[in-house]
Amino acid sequence: MAEAAVEIGGSLLWARGITAGYGREHVIERVSLDVRPGEFVALVGPNGSGKSTLLRVLLGALRPDAGSVALFGAEPDRFHARWRLGYVPQRPSLESEVPATVREIVASGRLRQRGWWRRETVEDRTAIQHAIESVDLGDVADQPLNELSVGQQQRAFIARAFASEPKLLVLDEPIAGVDRASQRRFRDSLLHLQREHGAGVLLVSHELSAVADVIDRIIVLKRSILFDGTPAELAASGVSLGIHADDLPLWLEGLR
Amino acid sequence: MIAAIPLPYPFDTVEMQRALLACVAVGAFAPTIGAFLVQKRLSLVGDGVGHVAFAGVGLGLLLSMSAVWTALVFAVAGAIGVELLRAKKKIAGDLALALFFYAGIALGVVFAAKAGVDDLEIYLFGDPLAMTSSSLAAVVLIGGIVAVGVWSLRRVLFAIVTDEAWARAEGLPVDTLSVALAALTAAVIVAGMKVVGLLLVAALMVLPVASAQLLSRSFRRTVLLAAGIGAASAFVGLIVGHIAELSISGCIVLVAAAVFTVASVVRRSLPAAVESQV
Repeated sequence: MAEAAVEIGGSLLWARGITAGYGREHVIERVSLDVRPGEFVALVGPNGSGKSTLLRVLLGALRPDAGSVALFGAEPDRFHARWRLGYVPQRPSLESEVPATVREIVASGRLRQRGWWRRETVEDRTAIQHAIESVDLGDVADQPLNELSVGQQQRAFIARAFASEPKLLVLDEPIAGVDRASQRRFRDSLLHLQREHGAGVLLVSHELSAVADVIDRIIVLKRSILFDGTPAELAASGVSLGIHADDLPLWLEGLR
Repeated sequence: MIAAIPLPYPFDTVEMQRALLACVAVGAFAPTIGAFLVQKRLSLVGDGVGHVAFAGVGLGLLLSMSAVWTALVFAVAGAIGVELLRAKKKIAGDLALALFFYAGIALGVVFAAKAGVDDLEIYLFGDPLAMTSSSLAAVVLIGGIVAVGVWSLRRVLFAIVTDEAWARAEGLPVDTLSVALAALTAAVIVAGMKVVGLLLVAALMVLPVASAQLLSRSFRRTVLLAAGIGAASAFVGLIVGHIAELSISGCIVLVAAAVFTVASVVRRSLPAAVESQV
């Protein structure tokens, strides 16, 4: 089957005129965005700007009051090939009662693709190993997750998303509180997925310095979209985007 | 009368041979399912379900039916009820448990009193020496179903109990499999009812897991080690209880608790060794 991801305008993720919120209050208004295959898109905005609400709408967890969304050309509720979407939730923390190794956690990411009731094949094991190595955790693959640093744990969750070889990776604040070395490895892993597998990436983050050089497009959200363009265009436009100074990410300096 | 297989003392009688099979089977499969419950932070669910099963026992006695089957129906319904209340977040997990816990035991007492049965000890504390060949067959059958169920679903159950929010976002059938886990839990409780009793079977689901997780470094090994510790505790507890003429179910659980104490001490001396390997 040809990549069924041929969607509206060739986008993996497509949203037009999204207005959404909780109860009567609208948190985001008239938001439109696209993520295309092989594209690295960063979504930024101050706290309370509606990033999480937008993500919930895009992933089908919240129904918008207005507008439409298509994931791989389908409405989020009707999108069944979930494995094609890799999702790394915000601050994934796993206080495991029972020890669980990196490999066991990453293997979970493969379940949806192969069918959770099927046996693990050689191909699955290869993909799991590949995902672990792509985030540079090969040396600690058989160690319990709760013995690893926060940065290593977050890379394990990213590897779990990689294991299904997704065509679209959505990451919600994945590098908050992670040390510099881990951030660099994180960048390399994303680049690997993007270049080797032609995947699209939507990264929601305050801290973009580690990935500034690989971002294709930046979307600044504050209730509605304030800016959508390349990093160079953003740098050229200055920083007067109406975002509170405390929320201005350091990455702007890196973009100049 | 079925002749005993020639085995050395204390397993030289049919009763002890049946007790051996039943205890070791429950000892092995209770912690197998327990590992998933502990990981899900529902260590006490076995207790709650045991109390609900007690209501089923009461009803069985009242209706002069097989208490095992009525207990099974109540336990499955109770386990699924707790899971649904928890999943829908209608009430807190421990409150949902408490509700079933107390209502179950109260209902059991009311039914049993109405039936005019005073001796409920066998259901509450078990008596492996009183196992008939049909109740032994039921224990082994349920054990086999649980073993096959857990083995086939182990990877997806692990994913769900370890990170439920992510599993939902991933589109895994979290609700269906949580209900399946609840039903398997109920089956284990009822299988263990006449062996170690409704009040102590939950201990066998949790204590060996608590010991195994101190000594293992992966989920898979924890499950296998917990099953081994559970079976060994049952074996030792049966011998000690029989020879010392003590409650066998009590001895089994005390052995499992002693293993945990030893495992804690061993674990405390381990970190240095573990760190030097890394």
